[in-house]
Amino acid sequence: MSTALQEPRVAETPNYLNAEYGWKSWLFTKDHKRIAVLYIISITVMFFIGGIFAGLIRTELLTPQGDLVNSDTYNKFFTMHGIVMVFFFLIPSIPATLGNFFVPMMIGAKDLAFPRINLLSWYIYIAGAAFALAAIVLGGVDTGWTFYTPFSSTYSNTFVITAAVGVFIAGFSSILTGLNFIVTVHKMRAPGMTWGRLPLFVWANYATSLIQVLGTPVVAITLALVGLERAFHIGIFDPAIGGDPILFQHMFWFYSHPAVYIMILPGMGVISELVTCFSRKGIFGYPFIAGSSLGIAIIGFLVWGHHMFVTGMSMYASLYFSLLTMLVAVPSAIKVFNWTATMFRGSISFDTPMLYAFGFIGLFTIGGLTGLFLATLGVDVHVTDTYFVVAHFHYVMVGGMVLAYMGGLHFWWPKITGRLYPEGWGRFAALLVFVGFNATFFPQFILGYLGQPRRYHAYAPEFQVLNVFSTAGATILGVGYIIPLIYMLWSLKYGPKAGDNPWRAKGLEWETSSPPPTFNFEKTPVVTEEAYAYGKEEAHIG
Amino acid sequence: MQLPLFPEAASSLAKNVDYLYYYLTAVTIVMTGLIFAAVFFFAIKYRRRSEDETPRPIHGSLVLEIGWSVVPFLVMLTFFWWGAQIFFENASPPPNAMDVYVVGKQWMWKIQYPQGQREINELHVPVGRPVKLTLASEDVIHSFFIPAFRIKHDVVPGRYDTMWFTATKPGRYHLFCAEYCGTEHSGMIGWVTVMNDSDYENWLSGGGSEGTMAQQGEKLFGQLGCSTCHLLDQQGRCPIMRGVYGSRVQLNDGRTVLADDAYIRESILNPNAKIVAGYHSDVMPTFQGQISEEQLLQLIVYVKSLAITGTPTAPPLGSAGQTQGAKQ
Repeated sequence: MSTALQEPRVAETPNYLNAEYGWKSWLFTKDHKRIAVLYIISITVMFFIGGIFAGLIRTELLTPQGDLVNSDTYNKFFTMHGIVMVFFFLIPSIPATLGNFFVPMMIGAKDLAFPRINLLSWYIYIAGAAFALAAIVLGGVDTGWTFYTPFSSTYSNTFVITAAVGVFIAGFSSILTGLNFIVTVHKMRAPGMTWGRLPLFVWANYATSLIQVLGTPVVAITLALVGLERAFHIGIFDPAIGGDPILFQHMFWFYSHPAVYIMILPGMGVISELVTCFSRKGIFGYPFIAGSSLGIAIIGFLVWGHHMFVTGMSMYASLYFSLLTMLVAVPSAIKVFNWTATMFRGSISFDTPMLYAFGFIGLFTIGGLTGLFLATLGVDVHVTDTYFVVAHFHYVMVGGMVLAYMGGLHFWWPKITGRLYPEGWGRFAALLVFVGFNATFFPQFILGYLGQPRRYHAYAPEFQVLNVFSTAGATILGVGYIIPLIYMLWSLKYGPKAGDNPWRAKGLEWETSSPPPTFNFEKTPVVTEEAYAYGKEEAHIG
Repeated sequence: MQLPLFPEAASSLAKNVDYLYYYLTAVTIVMTGLIFAAVFFFAIKYRRRSEDETPRPIHGSLVLEIGWSVVPFLVMLTFFWWGAQIFFENASPPPNAMDVYVVGKQWMWKIQYPQGQREINELHVPVGRPVKLTLASEDVIHSFFIPAFRIKHDVVPGRYDTMWFTATKPGRYHLFCAEYCGTEHSGMIGWVTVMNDSDYENWLSGGGSEGTMAQQGEKLFGQLGCSTCHLLDQQGRCPIMRGVYGSRVQLNDGRTVLADDAYIRESILNPNAKIVAGYHSDVMPTFQGQISEEQLLQLIVYVKSLAITGTPTAPPLGSAGQTQGAKQ
């Protein structure tokens, strides 16, 4: 009886979703939560476009002969898979969606510091994505997502400039999001929300923002130079007129290695939230996890040369890059140990987000340790540019980042939509993703050490069995991604009402209604305790 | 059904790389095992038994933090050290290494031997003797990769790179291009044939109808008109050729450079870059775009053959086994 009376009242509670209606209220919104939703829709579209290319790649590689498509088409497939996934899914994934939604809420702010710039960054992202999609529709691009010169600048006959312009433009979206977060975290924290009380998700996004602001201009410059070289042949990368093709690699990796940390750091932030909530216990070693995010952001700028050990770079430079790469692994290790220690004597539940967190910890550990193989000079010479590298970065980027994104999306779904997703399906899909992922990418470590090079349309027949495993795994993984798409859309209409705090989680975002009101809180919260104060039953808001 | 899990080891380097790889794999298995075990154990032992459980907070431990930062880093230093050792040992070829010249172009490997044989996508080498490859690219960046030897080196246009190996087991091994280079990248593959000494001598005597590389270079030296100004033994409009290779050359701006492959290459393609003391710039035309990478190598081998006897091979090249074509 009481629920029947409450239902209509809850439905009428003003929130950011029912505050205004109509497409204009979305396309001209300045609400960080609505912009986050726009981003979630956009990157989901890009994820499935990139995923279709991945499926085509794996189908071609089922047999050693290049028999599904011709070489040029295959080369376009892996290039567009890489460009779409890296620049239009992974880089914006967590910061622009979950970060956009929850960084202001977690620090008790009404919005980001610059709401209009936030909307602008989404439009810039869409413009960049339009160029990338145009490059695909017009006929594709075949340089690899790395755009190596002089192939990209002189030899490729595909839509290199169109794709590069897309990436160039999308970079500004990333810079603006980073800038917005930095200012927001500095200036908009609620009373009592000291730096030492910031949730670790906020620390991770803050560190990410520093890299976005400092690193992204470099890739913009680099791609602009490729475009100029292609259009006017000015001789920056072409050795025949005094250029240096290796210069491109230095400039590209100066951004693109830190960009790997743009992709993974926010994921690590999500895991800190998940492990505490589903262990119902404060984080172990808060200052070390927060500090390690900054450590990764700083040292991450000093290791780009480990992509270039076989280019003929000075061997002393190689030594330096090898050593510093070992060093940058330390803060990542610190995080893994602290998450594990957090579970000690906790109260651990097995809800879907926690299953993704378990998956992250295991797969990121493997991804990180195999990164050390690549940092080790004598071994890298053999495995660089082989499937070992492909396996390694998919363990970090999919096993790490995508799992963290999925975990975070499930965790905050009740807050974002006000609805619960079906838990049983959630757990089943998480299991499929874990199994499918390992079946896809583990065989690729073996293939890499055997010597199968990356970006091969046809391969030696003795590599087939492992490739068949990989393709079979990719099929399972694909199903594991489609199931959540279906049940999450379903839950928007049919999911049970979530209530304000279905996980009994700590954190300011759980102290307000679901979905939150337009300005997040009825009144500005006052923070009186540290983050993750589980075991103390008092609420945050004083 | 073939299901190899490990590549053949057919060079003097391969076993060392494999041992290091085993070590890294063992550490990875132990570390991953520990993390998995801890996560599983905690997840089961501390599973939520009632909805209202509120475990007591544990804030951290400085000793543990220091421990799990320092110990992994020390282990990583052993990776670094061992890896660097292998890398350094293989940076420069031994002085007695036999030369083979490789030109990568979209999408084939062209191999030349000093004795005059030429092949495409096939490399023949003797067992047990160090072989030094000089790598050049006609167009984009390629990468010369022989998995069974555990070696790989990028082939960068505009300069020479070198790599070397000693094959230890007769057989046929894959040769791959490892740097994506366009349409037929996955077709830029071939075979390395490792032969016994006597088989190799037989094979060498089989081909080379056009003369040795040096003879081919000498012919070009005449055809291109180089010999009009570069006289062998006496002063012409341009520097004397005999004895140049491997010597230290005094330039007119006061610098001294070593006359190695990269220097000869630059002097042919960009003659004004380094002018020998006592000569003038703008005398020699550039040959950029007029001769192929293979012809360039033939000219260099010819100039090398004019080195003063006693220094038949070049001194060890640039630090990472690489020489720059362009001025850095």
